[in-house]
Amino acid sequence: MDSMDDFSLPAFVDGTSVVSVSEFAQYLRELLETNDILQNIWVQGEISNYKSYASGHCYFTLKEGDAQLLCVFFKYARLRSAAPELRDGMAVAVNGRAAFYERDGKLQFYVERARLVGEGALFRRFEQLKAKLAAEGLFDAGRKRPLPEQPAVIGIVTSPQAAALRDMLRVLRTRYPLAQVVLSPSQVQGVEAPASIAAALDRLNEHGEADIVIVGRGGGSIEELWAFNEELVARAIARSRIPVISGVGHETDFTIADFVADVRASTPTAAATAAVPDIADWRGRVEDLSEELTELVQEHLYERKMQIVDASRELLRLSPLRLIDQQRQSLDEVADRLQVQMQHLISLRRERMQGLSLQLHALSPLLTIARGYSVVRRDVDQTIVTSTQQVRSGDTLTIQVEDGYIPVNVL
Amino acid sequence: MKVMLVGVYSMEQLSFEEAYAQLETVVGALRDGQMPLEQALERYQEGMKLVQYCNELLQNAQLSVQQLNVATDGSLSLDDVDLQ
Repeated sequence: MDSMDDFSLPAFVDGTSVVSVSEFAQYLRELLETNDILQNIWVQGEISNYKSYASGHCYFTLKEGDAQLLCVFFKYARLRSAAPELRDGMAVAVNGRAAFYERDGKLQFYVERARLVGEGALFRRFEQLKAKLAAEGLFDAGRKRPLPEQPAVIGIVTSPQAAALRDMLRVLRTRYPLAQVVLSPSQVQGVEAPASIAAALDRLNEHGEADIVIVGRGGGSIEELWAFNEELVARAIARSRIPVISGVGHETDFTIADFVADVRASTPTAAATAAVPDIADWRGRVEDLSEELTELVQEHLYERKMQIVDASRELLRLSPLRLIDQQRQSLDEVADRLQVQMQHLISLRRERMQGLSLQLHALSPLLTIARGYSVVRRDVDQTIVTSTQQVRSGDTLTIQVEDGYIPVNVL
Repeated sequence: MKVMLVGVYSMEQLSFEEAYAQLETVVGALRDGQMPLEQALERYQEGMKLVQYCNELLQNAQLSVQQLNVATDGSLSLDDVDLQ
């Protein structure tokens, strides 16, 4: 370069002189800084090793072919230039200046502004659509619908030829074979893909049997996944009455479809896993309910049994048999008392009888007879004869004496 | 989809989800407790039949895969598809 002639190392330097590293670095820096072309140039390449720090500065390597260029994008420069979000793999053109970074002994490019190119244009569309749909509220957490716990019918929008479909079916077969899968075939890459995906999703809604829909495809390049970044697909997902799980590409791929979907799964396989419960859990749940059922009915029976026990105890307490027993006892008591009373009465009578009998005995005519008196009775009528007027000649009488009777004839 | 079944239903026509929901209903009713013994026993029998039915469904379940096709007149139809 001609301009090089305008600069030189200190005068003492010639072919045999030795300079210090600092002196050399300073020379190099000055050389770069005084070159107008290197101070304002656009360089195009692909970003790799992108790192951004809390300070807001970011660092990356711009690669192209076998060459690479270390780049620094300071926060102030990024803000001033309203730079797009950068990330690995993006094709960008950066504008700035080259300088020698003495401390590391490296040439660095200080970026003042950056713009997306090529694939970068896709990213710009991605960011624009993302911003637009976000502004419409399509990504709002409030729009996300909960997935049904046990989807009976699972709709799948993907290519029937894709390996992703086989992966999903394998998961569904293992985890939840109770389900019924309705495949709504679509193209998943190429210019027709966005409209095809949207139509397939609309058809599932029209059919109306699916409880949940998986929209997805396997991994691929950014171009291959691009259909899932198209507005047509985003709108179809947004208007789906059936909850949608997206499963596009690999873990690191984020698509617009992912943002609109009710649930974003990292891969088609993960989407199938998220869509259904594990049948093993359901076996356990049925088992649990079965046990609870048995326990409950046993409880019921036990309660009834206890009620019966209580009731019979109560019944026994109130039983007329008990009353009868009581009555029987009091009857016994009364009978007893009656007995005693009777005995008492009888002995009382007996005593009185004995008294009377003694009295009677004292008054008995027999005693008089025993003293030598006798009683004369007319045989004819047993009247006692106390006067001569009572008998006539020829009557038969009986004289009672102490030890017997003497029959007599009246002369 | 929560399905509440009331009164008479034919168990053979229930999907697993419906049968399970019904089973939950039965257990819930028994859990609440206040019902005549005869009814409790009926519920229990119904519940055990549902348990058996659910287990059979789980045992014999086989993922069915059908394809939603659209005819030229725009009508939709489900057709069997062999993806093996």
